[in-house]
Amino acid sequence: MLGYRLQKRDEPWNWGVPIVIVGALVLSFGISALLLELQGKSAVQGLLVLWQGSFGASWALEDALLKSIPIFLCALGVATAFRMQVWNIGAEGQFALGAIGATWAALTFPDLPGIVLMPLMFICAAVFGAFWAYIPAILRLKLQVNEIISTLMLNYIAILLLEYLVFGAWKDPASFGFPVTPEFTPGAIIGQIGDSRLHWGFAVCVGSGIAMWAFMRFTRLGFEIKVAGEGERIAMYSRLPYGMLTILVMAISGALAGWAGCIEASATINRLQPSIMVGYGYTAIVVAWLARLHPLYIGISAYLLAALRVGVENMQLELQTPASFGSIMEGLILMSVLAGQMFVTYKIVKKK
Amino acid sequence: MRKVLLMVAVAAMSVMLASVAFAGAKKDKVKVGFVYISPVGDEGYSYAQDQGRKAIDALPWVETSFVESVAEGPDSERVVLNFARKGYDMVIGTSFGYMDPMVKVSKKFPKTAFMHCSGFKTTPNMSNYFGRMYQARYLTGIVAGMMTKSNVIGYVAAFPIPEVIRGINAFTLGVRSVNPEATVRVVWTKTWYDPALEKDAAISLLDMKADVLTQHQDSPGPQEAAQERGKYSIAYNSDMFKMAPKAHLTAAVWNWAPVFKNAVEQLRDGVWQGNESLWWGMDQGVVDIAPYGPMVPQNVKDKVAEAKKAIVEGNNAIFVGPLKDQNGKEMVPAGKSMTDPEMLGMMWFVEGVIGNTK
Repeated sequence: MLGYRLQKRDEPWNWGVPIVIVGALVLSFGISALLLELQGKSAVQGLLVLWQGSFGASWALEDALLKSIPIFLCALGVATAFRMQVWNIGAEGQFALGAIGATWAALTFPDLPGIVLMPLMFICAAVFGAFWAYIPAILRLKLQVNEIISTLMLNYIAILLLEYLVFGAWKDPASFGFPVTPEFTPGAIIGQIGDSRLHWGFAVCVGSGIAMWAFMRFTRLGFEIKVAGEGERIAMYSRLPYGMLTILVMAISGALAGWAGCIEASATINRLQPSIMVGYGYTAIVVAWLARLHPLYIGISAYLLAALRVGVENMQLELQTPASFGSIMEGLILMSVLAGQMFVTYKIVKKK
Repeated sequence: MRKVLLMVAVAAMSVMLASVAFAGAKKDKVKVGFVYISPVGDEGYSYAQDQGRKAIDALPWVETSFVESVAEGPDSERVVLNFARKGYDMVIGTSFGYMDPMVKVSKKFPKTAFMHCSGFKTTPNMSNYFGRMYQARYLTGIVAGMMTKSNVIGYVAAFPIPEVIRGINAFTLGVRSVNPEATVRVVWTKTWYDPALEKDAAISLLDMKADVLTQHQDSPGPQEAAQERGKYSIAYNSDMFKMAPKAHLTAAVWNWAPVFKNAVEQLRDGVWQGNESLWWGMDQGVVDIAPYGPMVPQNVKDKVAEAKKAIVEGNNAIFVGPLKDQNGKEMVPAGKSMTDPEMLGMMWFVEGVIGNTK
């Protein structure tokens, strides 16, 4: 077409990655600015308001950091599975199970001191989340069930299970019939760091990020996961325990998503309610790919995405742009950055 | 006995709280921020709230802004917080799930006024408001009861919470006040806005011989289903006549302007109070029945007008004994009417409803 064609690069164009990202951002912000002008709003003012809402004040930074916590944990989890080419689309459901596990602990042992109850909640969240991820892993290994389908379907079951509990057995008798559990006792609530709105769940993120990085880089298991990610056949030839590794990455994935659910229930809403499910598990998939599965970049892209979401609220508040404009911007940015990655593996050459 | 103790405790608490009342000074200008659960273009719940916002925005001394599609939970806390940080005088949160976040923020910003819709918690600078929608539901029930031929009326219900259940019950009492043979069949969608699913639920009711439908969700899905099958429908939140002109009999509608107007005037005059629960009804114009479609005959309109007069004049509280539940068990004895707290926590269906509250 037009005398040009795509050619695969011999080596990935690694130093071009920043160029591609900046180019994609310029493109998507350019289109967004155009859309603002079409609504009869000043594009310059719009982008300025977006900037202020995302990075313009200490509380904006804090808000974005706070919002990125569950996204980061879910993304870190799915990235581990993706490393092995196990396609876990089920972080949403594993998140729900984690929230259920933590809530079970919080409601069953409300009088335990925080120092005992909090670890118990994290253990329950990890076990419940990992169990939910174990089901599709076993289905894939024993019955060759495609995990993309089974993890996705299990999300819906998890959400219904959560609703079943909140509308039924766990409903707060003092809530006038509204579907919420009783508020957690102080021991079951993750505290704030100093005077900020940020809570100690942030430390869990930092810790898990570093631990996952070290695990993949320095341990034998981490190495085996990366090798198995080259393909099931290769894993078999290298006599790697492929089945065990699949279960392991799914369990890690589920446990991390479960922690995200635990932290959301405990630190931010102090109880379980259906509106805890806002799609972080799906956002996580995009974030993991944007970051090319690297823990540090996952942190950065989770933060930037959260900042964007916080910032577009400021645009709504100040300029009365519709809420869907925020989603359009987010879509534009994600699309162009992900599509732009094509240029890292391909180049455009003239047809001979 | 426990009830008495509770009442004493509540009274003691309100005395204690009254001593730290909201310290409002007179203001020349009032800035109000609104937080909505869905897009204002939904033609439903948020649309109706936004009509109220527009009404006060037209006042020269009031400035408003809003953020739409705000999920309950942590996102709503941040949005409410942002309005307070930016120096808005009043923040109005319109969804039940904003309650706890608003309580938290109201404690951090004691000089900002907060108004929360449909909840039950208040603070010295946070009041709540809601409307007696059940009164309008009762009137639409009369229309349905007189228009049905199959004596089966379908109700596409949202979530099994008291607000929705109260609406179904009032509607059914309206139906049975004119047509004791008719029954109301309930299907839960567990959604507030899902046009396709709500339409499917409506179709399942039509398949069960329902010939008049009504709904609690924000989408026009059930209205469209009724129109396609040549049946009738009654809308909720706002007039949905445009969506299904052949089916749309009427609607039970909100009019929030009086509530918001009252609040901003009080704020301007420095007399606004926290710790209040406003539950206004048809007499203050907060709920009403929408204009009728051309197929509604005069005798139906007359009957509704008569019932409306009784409600507005305070002669029909609707939930008046004797009331039985679905199984025929007496819930409210003759001569008694339900108190507001009883109505606000209503989790059982009256006689004539087919369905369960789970």
